[in-house]
Parts: sequence; C-alpha cells; structure tokens
Amino acid sequence: MTSAAGARPIEGSGAHSRYDGRGFLGPGIAALYLGLIVLIPLAALLWQSLSGGLDQLAAAITSPQALAAIEVTFASSAVVVLINAVIGTLIAWVLVRDDFPGKAIVNGLIDLPFALPTIVTGLTLATLYGPRSPLGINLAYSAPAIVLALLFVTLPFVVRSVQPVLLELDREMEEAGASLGASSATVIRRIVLPNLVPAILTGCALAFARCIGEFGSVVLISGNVPYRTEVASVYIISQVEADQPGAAAAVSMLLLVTSLAVLTVFDLLRRRLSRHDELA
Amino acid sequence: MTSATHTGAATGARVVEGSAAARRILRLSVRSVALLYLLFLLVLPVGMVFVRTFEGGLGPFLAAISRPAFQSAFWLTIQISLITVPVTTALGIVTGLAIVRRRFPGRGLLNALVDLPFALSPVVIGLSLFLVYGADSPIGAFLESVGVRVIFAMPGMLLATIFVCLPFVIREVIPVLREIGTDQEEAAHTLGASGWSTFWRVTLPAIRWGVMYGIILATARSLGEYGAVAIVSGKIAGSTETMTVHVEERYLAFDLVGAYSASIVLATLAIFVLIGMQVYQSGRLRRRRTLEPAAAAGSAVTPGG
Repeated sequence: MTSAAGARPIEGSGAHSRYDGRGFLGPGIAALYLGLIVLIPLAALLWQSLSGGLDQLAAAITSPQALAAIEVTFASSAVVVLINAVIGTLIAWVLVRDDFPGKAIVNGLIDLPFALPTIVTGLTLATLYGPRSPLGINLAYSAPAIVLALLFVTLPFVVRSVQPVLLELDREMEEAGASLGASSATVIRRIVLPNLVPAILTGCALAFARCIGEFGSVVLISGNVPYRTEVASVYIISQVEADQPGAAAAVSMLLLVTSLAVLTVFDLLRRRLSRHDELA
Repeated sequence: MTSATHTGAATGARVVEGSAAARRILRLSVRSVALLYLLFLLVLPVGMVFVRTFEGGLGPFLAAISRPAFQSAFWLTIQISLITVPVTTALGIVTGLAIVRRRFPGRGLLNALVDLPFALSPVVIGLSLFLVYGADSPIGAFLESVGVRVIFAMPGMLLATIFVCLPFVIREVIPVLREIGTDQEEAAHTLGASGWSTFWRVTLPAIRWGVMYGIILATARSLGEYGAVAIVSGKIAGSTETMTVHVEERYLAFDLVGAYSASIVLATLAIFVLIGMQVYQSGRLRRRRTLEPAAAAGSAVTPGG
C-alpha cells in the first residue's frame, strides 16, 4: 500500500494536489456505493448463516446432500486447477516462444471464455459432448462434464498470468544455461519454471476461486443429480427454491470463506516466492 | 533457437544439429498439444453451436429471434446493460480516484471490498441480495409496503448486475492512476484549472484506455450474467427473463433451435467484445509497461460469467 506512495513524492502536500478539493465527497460516494451494493448484502448473508448459531451452521454444511455437493465441487475444482497449471503454462509458452501462422487469432481466442456468457458455454459443451454428440462422446450428467465446463471457463487464468512473465523473462539466463551444457529439460526445470511459479500460483488461485462458485456453465451439462453431479452453487439455488435460505446461506458462507482463504494464501505464497511488493 | 547457435559457436556442429532437431520436435509437439486442447475445448464446441443453429437454414433462426419471448428477453438485457454499465463506470472512476488519491479511514476496507465480487459465486451474490430485499426481510417488506418491488423485478436485477460488474472499471483504473501520479494534475491546478476541468482534461484522458477496457468487460458481463440474475429475477417469462435465462428456459423446454438462436446472438456479441478487448488491451498494456509484470498479469485476469 505504502509502496505506491513512493512513486509520488509530493503526495504529502495535501488538499492542493487533488483534482477535487471538496473534502470527502469522493470517498463518501465510494463508501456509499460499495456499502450498499457489496457490504450490506454480504452482512445479510453472514447474519442469515449465523442466525441459528454455529451448531446450526455446521449442521447445514454437513447435511449429507450439502456435503456431497461440496465434495463434488472441491474435487472437480482441484482436478481442474492441476490440469490448468500444466496446460495453461504450456499454452502460454506456445503463445510467447513459438511462432506459427494464426498465432494472433489463437491468442485472442484465449479470452473467449471471459467474453462468452456462461450459460452459452454450458449449451455449447452440451452440444459437442452431450447426448447428440457428433463425436460420439457423451459426458452429460457425469462428473467429467463438470470438469470440462470448469476447464472451459478457467482457461484464461493461468495462461494470462504466465504469459506476461514469460514475455519479460530474460532469455540470456537460458542461453547462458544452455551454453554451459545444460539440456533443454534442465534449462526449463532449473531456470524457466522457477521464474514462472509465482504467476502459475496466481492463475491457479483465481481459477480455483472461480471453480468453486461456478454455476452457469455447469448447470446444463452436469444434470444436477443430488449426491452425484450436484455442485455447491446448484445446491444453493435448489435450497433457495425450496425456501431453505438457512441451508443456502451456510454453504454460501463456506464458499466465500474458502475462496478468500485460497486467494490470500496463494497471494502470500506468491509474494514470498517473487519477493515483489505488489502495488494492487 | 538462439541458444543453439551459441552452443554451435563453442562446440561441434553435429551436436548442435542433433539438439536443434530435438528442440524442433519438442516445440512442434508442445504446439500441437496446446492447439488440440484449444480446438476440442473452445473451437469445436462453439463451432458446433453455429452448425446446429443454421443446419436448417436461416429460417428457423429468424423465426426464433422474432418470437415475443426472445424479443422481450433481448430488450430487457439491453436495457439492463445500458443502465448498469454507465453506473459502474461513473461510480467506478469516483471509487478508484478515492482509493488512490485520498487518505481516509476505511480506505483499506473499500479496497478489499472492490475485489470481493470476483471471489464470490454469482449464486452467492444473488442469494445475498435476496436475503436483503426478499419479502422475508424487514427491508424487503418495508419496500414492498411502499410499493417498491426489488426481488423478482427490475431493481433486483439491476443490483445483481451492478454487484457482479462493480470491480471491472475500478480494477482497471486503480493501477493506471497510481502509475501516472499527480504531477500533471498538480500542474493543471497550479495553472488555475478547476477540479472538474482538471479531471476532464488531464485525469480522464490519462486513464481512458483502462476505463474503456473496463467498460468492455463490464458490458460483456452485464449481457451475459446468469447466476446472480437467475436468483433475483424469478425467471418470469416475458417480464424478468433475460437472454441468458431465456437460453436456459428454451433448452429445458426442449426447444433447441430457440436455445441455440439466443446463444448465437449472445455469442456474436461476445465476439465483438473479444475484438474490443484485443484493441484496447494493446493500448492498455502500452500504458502499463513500466508496471511489475506480475501486477499487470493479476489484473489482466478478469473472471466473468
């Protein structure tokens, strides 16, 4: 936070330096905006999940159907993150170090999952990997379908984290390694990968946070079979529709706390590894 | 590639040829794996939707998109975007300026709150709005008694969309504001410019790439939001059914042509968004080259859906 001030030595000069001298108008609007839109709803969620006490919260989370949904969600998210760590790094490497006709289009395509509405993603995957699959691969209503949908929506995270780091990576280090007799594999393992690990971790954390809450892309293809292919977000909706807001709020809190914890832990890990003080 | 020539200068040419061939095979196989993965995950599925939509010609598609249910969903979605994007943009710039340029108690909290929507499931966002404004809550009951309906109506859908779109502009604006510093703003101030004209003529032009990029992402998200809107809208056909909800409703009603046609409209909008992202990303990255790469990467990654 304070490192940002370093870029602006005259920051201390006070109200004169501000484009808008009118005191707390900006912060007031900002606080009102975030308070109304984000803070109050989340406070209501916290209130609802704790209104019956911690025992009831724990009971709601450990009810068999909730627990099954949480297990399905976390297991498929873990698989997806691991696949992303490998294939995402690989794709970033191809986009930075390789050269082939149409590379710019492939690069643009990486952002498609962010641009495409999730429900369209779900429909899209159901079309190719559903009951009427022209490839003869029918994954509908199975756990692999969940993994597939999550792989689609999280594709950009690792790629877009690793890409800029790989771009900035000093190739002289690799060349020095190679000229000293290191094989390609050794150069990649000892020089390239250690530099990429912080970015891979960032991408993985964002992908995991996205995975555990994902809804639109999963809902059409997973079949939402309780105890088997029902993910946490689908469980939450089903509880809202069954007029059980307590059960829905309990699982929501678990998702919220987990994703914040994962983002925080991975961020600390990344900071330690890269020893950079990030501005944002 | 260049490392091979380095080695070549030092040792025998045969070794170099061998390792160059090995590197070439490695590169080709890595490239094939990456491209095949993208082909089967992205290109074929999306292509298949286009094939399925138009396999019966243009007729069924045109019939599907001229149906009243689609028309109502389409215009409702456009309406939501036209309201939420300007709101999140204007308030996003104000919030970004407040977080970067001011010192006030609770600034750290605000900064943390900005990122929360990215860490939250859209379903959780929908549920939390439902808990505040639903008929069972005191606030919801009060608003209902004075004739304002939030949940299962337009205000709830707007709130949900603003919630999910909130970080986009702020997260783009904050690093740029930090990077440009206050020198130019101070110079303008010293030369007698008012706060407003400094903002319009100095600050805004400096952050315009980031703002535009944020607007593009927010637009995409507001058109495509599904989970949060699904909970608060009540999915009432012809009234609170957005395009994404319409896709699901048609799919579940076994009207595949209807679902595909609405998806094609959304996918086409997504392709425009993608092109916009490429255009503004190059401008944005040019501005931010001085930043630490990892920091730049962190905000280059923006969840959606």
